[in-house]
Amino acid sequence: MSQMIGKQSIEFEHPPYILASGSVVGKKEGEGPLGKCFDMICEDDKFGEDSWEKSESTLQKEAAALAIGKAGLKPEDIRYAFAGDLLGQTIATSFGIMDYEIPLFGLYGACSTAGESMSLGAMTVAAGYADKVLTMTSSHFASAEKQFRYPLEYGNQRPVSASWTVTGSGAFILGNTKSHAKITGITTGKIVDYGIKDAMNMGAAMAPAAADLIATHFEDFGAKPEDYDKIITGDLGHVGQTILIDLLKEKGYDISQVITDCGIEIFDKESQGTDSGGSGCGCSAVTMSAHFLPQVEKGNLKKILFIPTGALLSTVSFNEGQSVPGIAHGVRIEYEK
Amino acid sequence: MDYINAFWVGGVICALVQILMEKTKLMPGRIMVLLVCTGAVLGAIGIYPPFVEYAGAGASVPLLGFGNTLFKGVKEAIDTDGFLGIFMGGFTASAIGISAALIFGYLASLIFEPKMRK
Repeated sequence: MSQMIGKQSIEFEHPPYILASGSVVGKKEGEGPLGKCFDMICEDDKFGEDSWEKSESTLQKEAAALAIGKAGLKPEDIRYAFAGDLLGQTIATSFGIMDYEIPLFGLYGACSTAGESMSLGAMTVAAGYADKVLTMTSSHFASAEKQFRYPLEYGNQRPVSASWTVTGSGAFILGNTKSHAKITGITTGKIVDYGIKDAMNMGAAMAPAAADLIATHFEDFGAKPEDYDKIITGDLGHVGQTILIDLLKEKGYDISQVITDCGIEIFDKESQGTDSGGSGCGCSAVTMSAHFLPQVEKGNLKKILFIPTGALLSTVSFNEGQSVPGIAHGVRIEYEK
Repeated sequence: MDYINAFWVGGVICALVQILMEKTKLMPGRIMVLLVCTGAVLGAIGIYPPFVEYAGAGASVPLLGFGNTLFKGVKEAIDTDGFLGIFMGGFTASAIGISAALIFGYLASLIFEPKMRK
């Protein structure tokens, strides 16, 4: 039986299971509304290291250790790792995962990497190429500011409308043995570019990609918004979410009852000064791991669509006046008794 | 009185630029360039020097003052060295400011560590 479905989706004949997950975050995330849910909160955002990049690697190292440990496994049990981050040449991943000696596929999909890695990991397990894989992403506020805006040492003023990169790393172990959460299908996004050039308004740049993905997902699976308990985008923020709801209304889908966003959930915008919400590929990973996945495992959420969204810009493309193209990757996760 | 004038003039310049930052989407780099260029132009048309006279450091320390200094340096060097002065004057006049920024920046980086934003 063909597992290909519609234009750009897969419905797995043997759905891979999410065996365990681990989340590690920084101080600010720990003080947010989801603070109690995270596996580990580090009071020191440097994680004992002497650079922000090294601290992000440590985030990944700890998140991987937590996930592998919670699954009752050892690093050598993991056949492949699919991991990425936001830094140039994805150095946080390379240096973070090095010591585990797990065969690695290093990925870059900006903030959508959490969905990209989970999709590829699920495909690998479902196809029988691996029995256990690790999918992991991270971001760090300070290293991302250096990569995409200005280093903190420069001390520039951030506009209040700029999204706040989450300091955190989320890791997932996917496998072919049973658990209470399974990945039953994926929809892979294509690059969608509406020509938005404002790098401080990433939610608006990514919303069209999320809208395109959700519409395609519904068509491919013959589904409708009511089939899902929650549709969870990565880091669109409040502005991006409004745009997304409007775009999908034009296509005939009303998702306003089921939509939620990791970037909105992770911070309290009133008390934490994060008007546009959280962002970064750590944002969706830790929120999924600590907040939504446990609800699926308990059966409170029966069926969700997880859609990390990414803005595919670099400082070079931005400075050369190019637009900010968006991408989104959809992962359908269901409860299993 | 000098101190008071320096204080309020410097403050007004900073406040105006802050409004510019809040109301426009200009990146900080562009705002800096804009200030330096404006300072040079104001110096060239003779508005800035009397202003510095009146406000002292309140007018010479902000980036507008840096632009004014650059123009002043270039003008003086052209008077003494002719054409070559165009290339010499700016750096000579601003040498103190630039060197101080480099040296104190370096010293600060030895003593302090960057911290996370709250």
